[in-house]
This record gives sequence, C-alpha cells and structure tokens, in this order.
Amino acid sequence: MINIILGAVSLGLLWAIMTTGVFLTYRVLDYADLSVEGSIVMGAAIVAKLITSGVNPVIATVIAFAGGLVAGTVTGLLNTKLKIPSLLAGILTMIALYSVNIRIMGKANITLLKSETVFTMIEAIGLDGNIGVIVLAVVVNAAIAFALYWFFGTELGCAVRATGDNEKMARAQGINTDTMKILALALSNGLVALSGALIAQDQSYADVSMGQGAIVIGLASVIIGEVLFYRGNFMNRLVSVVLGAVVYRIIIALVIEMGMRPTDLKLFTAITVAICLALPTFKPQLKTAVAKIMPHKREVK
Amino acid sequence: MSKVLELKNIEKTFYAGTVNENYVIKNLSLDLEDGDYVTVIGGNGAGKSTMLNIISGALLPDSGSVTIDGEDVTKLKEYQRAKYLGRVFQDPRLGTATNMSIAENMAIANRRGKNRGLKWGLPKSEEAEYKELLSILDLGLENRLDAKMGLLSGGQRQAVTLLMATIQRPKILLLDEHTAALDPKTAAKVLEITDKIVTQNKLTTVMITHNMRDAIKHGNRLVMLDAGRVILDIRGEEKQNLTVDQLLKKFEHLGGESTLSDRMLLG
Ligand SMILES: Nc1ncnc2c1ncn2[C@@H]1O[C@H](COP(=O)(O)OP(=O)(O)O)[C@@H](O)[C@H]1O
Ligand SMILES: [Mg+2]
Repeated sequence: MINIILGAVSLGLLWAIMTTGVFLTYRVLDYADLSVEGSIVMGAAIVAKLITSGVNPVIATVIAFAGGLVAGTVTGLLNTKLKIPSLLAGILTMIALYSVNIRIMGKANITLLKSETVFTMIEAIGLDGNIGVIVLAVVVNAAIAFALYWFFGTELGCAVRATGDNEKMARAQGINTDTMKILALALSNGLVALSGALIAQDQSYADVSMGQGAIVIGLASVIIGEVLFYRGNFMNRLVSVVLGAVVYRIIIALVIEMGMRPTDLKLFTAITVAICLALPTFKPQLKTAVAKIMPHKREVK
Repeated sequence: MSKVLELKNIEKTFYAGTVNENYVIKNLSLDLEDGDYVTVIGGNGAGKSTMLNIISGALLPDSGSVTIDGEDVTKLKEYQRAKYLGRVFQDPRLGTATNMSIAENMAIANRRGKNRGLKWGLPKSEEAEYKELLSILDLGLENRLDAKMGLLSGGQRQAVTLLMATIQRPKILLLDEHTAALDPKTAAKVLEITDKIVTQNKLTTVMITHNMRDAIKHGNRLVMLDAGRVILDIRGEEKQNLTVDQLLKKFEHLGGESTLSDRMLLG
C-alpha cells in the first residue's frame, strides 16, 4: 500500500509540472489550450531521441523544454496573428505535433530501459526508486514555483496577468496583448514538455499516444488543487496546483486498487472534470435543494 | 494654439457590401486644441463611441486620418497609441483588471507607454504615491491598496479608472459615457472628480454623455453628432450661456436624422 501511495506521489509530482503549465493558460491567461496534448509527447520524444543518441540526460531535458516553448509559440501565433479561435489553434498544433513527434522519434515509441536518465543519475548518488523521483520532482517543482512567483510579480508578468484578466484594459494601458499571450502559451507548453521529458525518463519509454487526455488530467488537477488547498495568495495558488496533481494521482491509484479498469480511467476523469466545471452552474439549484431538505441550513459551500 | 487632435475626413462603414451595411461615420473632421474639454452628445447610434474608438485605435477608419499632437497615428495599433491616451469606458468592468489589486492596477497604468521588463511590477516605493492619488477621490480607497478591484462598486471602479487614465499624463483623455452605468448620485460624484482631475491637470478631454445638462455644465466646448456628422460645435461664451431648451431647438432646427432618445431629453 505504501508503495502504491509513493508511486502515485512521484508520478503526481511529475505531472504537476504539466499541471502548472495548464494552470498558466487556463487560469492566468484564461485560455483553454489543447496543444498540451501534443507538447507533453514532444517533450518525451525529444528527450528519448536525444538520450538514445548519447546526449546527456540533463541537456536533453532542457532541450525538451525549449521544444515546448516553440510549440506554444506556434499556437500563440495561430491565435493572435492568424486570428484562429483559441480552441482550434490548440487543436491544430496538437494534430500537427502528432506527426512531428513521430518524425522526432523516427517511430511510434522509444524505450529508455537501458539508457542513462536524470533518475539513474540521482540513483548514483544514493536516492533510488520512488524516493529519488520524489526528491528530484520536488526540487524541480519548487524551482518552477519560485520562478513563476517572481516572474508574475515583475512588470512583464503583471502585463501577462492583466491580459488574461481584461484584454481591453490591458491594451488601453499600452500592453501588447498578442505578445503577452504568445509568451504565456510558450511558457506553459515549455513546462508541459519538461513534464513529458521527465515522465518518459521515469517510465523508461516515450510513446506517441502518451499525451491522450493530458488536458483533462491537467484541468482535473488544477480544480482539485483549488478546491482543496487554495486559500489566498499567488504562491499558495501555485502550490495548490502541485498538490492537486498529486491528489489526482492518489485518487486514481486508489480507484484502480479498488478494481476499476485502467481503460475506464479517462471516462472517470472526464466525468469528474465535467462535474467540477458544472458546479458553478448548479450552485443556485443546489442551494434551493439543500434549503428544502434542510431548512435550517442556509449556506452550501 | 496647437492642435492636440486632428480627425480628418474620417469614414467608417460596418459590414460593407453586405445586407447589414451600416454607414456610421460620414466624412467627419474635428480638431481639438490644447486644453479643450469637449462634451459630445447625440442620439443612440449617432457614432459617438465609434468616433472615440477610431481615435483610440480600437477601430480603424476606412479612410481619413487621425493625428495626435502632430503625429499621424492612423496606422498605429491600439496598444501603441495608448501612450498618448487615457480612457474610461461606459462599463465599469472594462477599465480595470478584476482579479488584481487596486495598487497593481495603478502600477500597470503608471507604466502606460513605457517598456515593461523584469523589474518588480509593484515597488513599495510607489505605494505612497498611489495612496495620495486615491485620497483625492475621497472614497476611502487609500486604505485598501491590496483590495481586489472586483470587490469595488461600479462608481469606485470608474473613479480608480479615471486615476489610472491620468496617472501618466495623457495627451487626450477619452471618456465614453463613463457615468452612464452609475446611479445618479454616484454619477454626479464621478463627474465632480472628473472635472477636478481635468482642470487641475489642464487635460485635453473628450467626454461623451447622454445627459444634456451635463454636456452643458461641463467643459468649454460642446459637439453634437448626428448620423456620423458633427452638426453642432459650440464654444466659449455661447457654450456657457447655453440652456437645454436652446440645445433641443437647435437640434430640431438642424433637422437631426435620428431622434434624441428619451433618456437624453430627460437628462
Ligand atoms: N464594432 C462594431 N461592429 C459593428 N457595428 C458597430 C460597431 N460599433 C458600432 N457599431 C454600429 O455603429 C452604429 C453607431 O454606434 P455607436 O458609435 O456605438 O453609437 P453611439 O455611441 O453614438 O450610441 C450603431 O448602429 C452600431 O450598431
Ligand atoms: Mg456609445
């Protein structure tokens, strides 16, 4: 049991990096970006190809991050310069990346079983198995959270936030909203690709279909984190997103343990997200319903 | 006197070449002199907002030119012209970022027209300045620098938006019915603040209003738009002595194409 939980926590922390990326677009920029489904695979593909070609795993991981930046930039350009609606722009990048990712790998999947990875590197200093993954992932997540906290406090970061909050206001204040969107999308997809690169090294393989449903997993994690842990400032919010991703993986591990078929997971996740997203719509009805059943109880939270 | 704004032969048609074709601005020319405080009135759909949007770059004219302080800005994008313009919109939600604090909003406005880099976005050193500016409003906001903008009332938001529009001195202040969404008492208060800011800073200002009394009471010049044309441009003493009755008569006499809306008559 403890191993199942540790496994879930380590996987959750790796996916948390992607979740942070999804948070950037979905919450800060107010943009549902589907290109993450492709960029998470792109990160895995780049890292697998480079590592099996003999490149240092750390350098390969950094290059994977850069690949994500490029993918996000493409989505941003499609949306802002070619005026393609945000959902469609993301879908176009996602579809295009499918082919690109196979080209990068030269085939549909690559195994890293016999290769050196960032995780075998820290195993060498005595941290092995799930503990090693958890330590490394915590460090990476913490570094990302501090970097983002700093960035969104700068003039440029404030301009990105203003763009996501109120585009008209942002433009009236002289902010180039197109550039801010591209910047946020690039950053987001960079993190998603970084996440994919680390997941591939943890699982010892990269597969062209490993991104399927990533956006929904990301959204579920963001929402779980907000509901359970978000209470105040921006740093707290970034941490809640990471915790949300971990809790999501623990929930999944538990329902599988309880006998759910792994192939039903996507359905389970989709339903969870649908319910979460629908909650605001049903809140008034929920209130009246509860008030009818329990007249003494006024507020539902 | 130098011209701060020159609109020359502006034309604008929406949905040109379709059944919905709408010829909104017709060969419109208008000059603003330094320090002009112009009130703009006109019926619903007369093209007032469209004119302001063409000045700000939110819309591009089909032809004609927009010149601000001698610089032809016709081709400049909205965000590029922002350094010259302060704007307050009719909808109080449009002027500020809801999920950011009052101080953060002001810091963003304080950087209008400047490069935004990796310096801290809200330096502690600027907070005193924001407090002082907010205290001018006399709304108690100077003690709520960290409050999220979304928590403020419509009137409070418009007042803060006014500060934001003028914290970096704009060459032109553009107000599009910025009190229309407020209750009468709050509207009067925001107008009072507007007058104070405009006169203290000697700002060149265009204020659209649907209220004839306000249009007469405020500013040094009154322009009436009708069906995309300037049909009346009154200034100086004549403007000071104007009454609502006279204004209505002039409008009828000029044979305005559109009827003045009820809300305008009642104003
Ligand atoms: N962005 C736009 N797209 C299409 N039609 C518009 C747009 N803005 C204004 N119009 C139309 O132009 C006309 C003038 O509108 P507007 O300038 O808002 O009038 P006013 O502010 O004087 O009431 C109206 O018929 C309006 O529907
Ligand atoms: Mg209007």
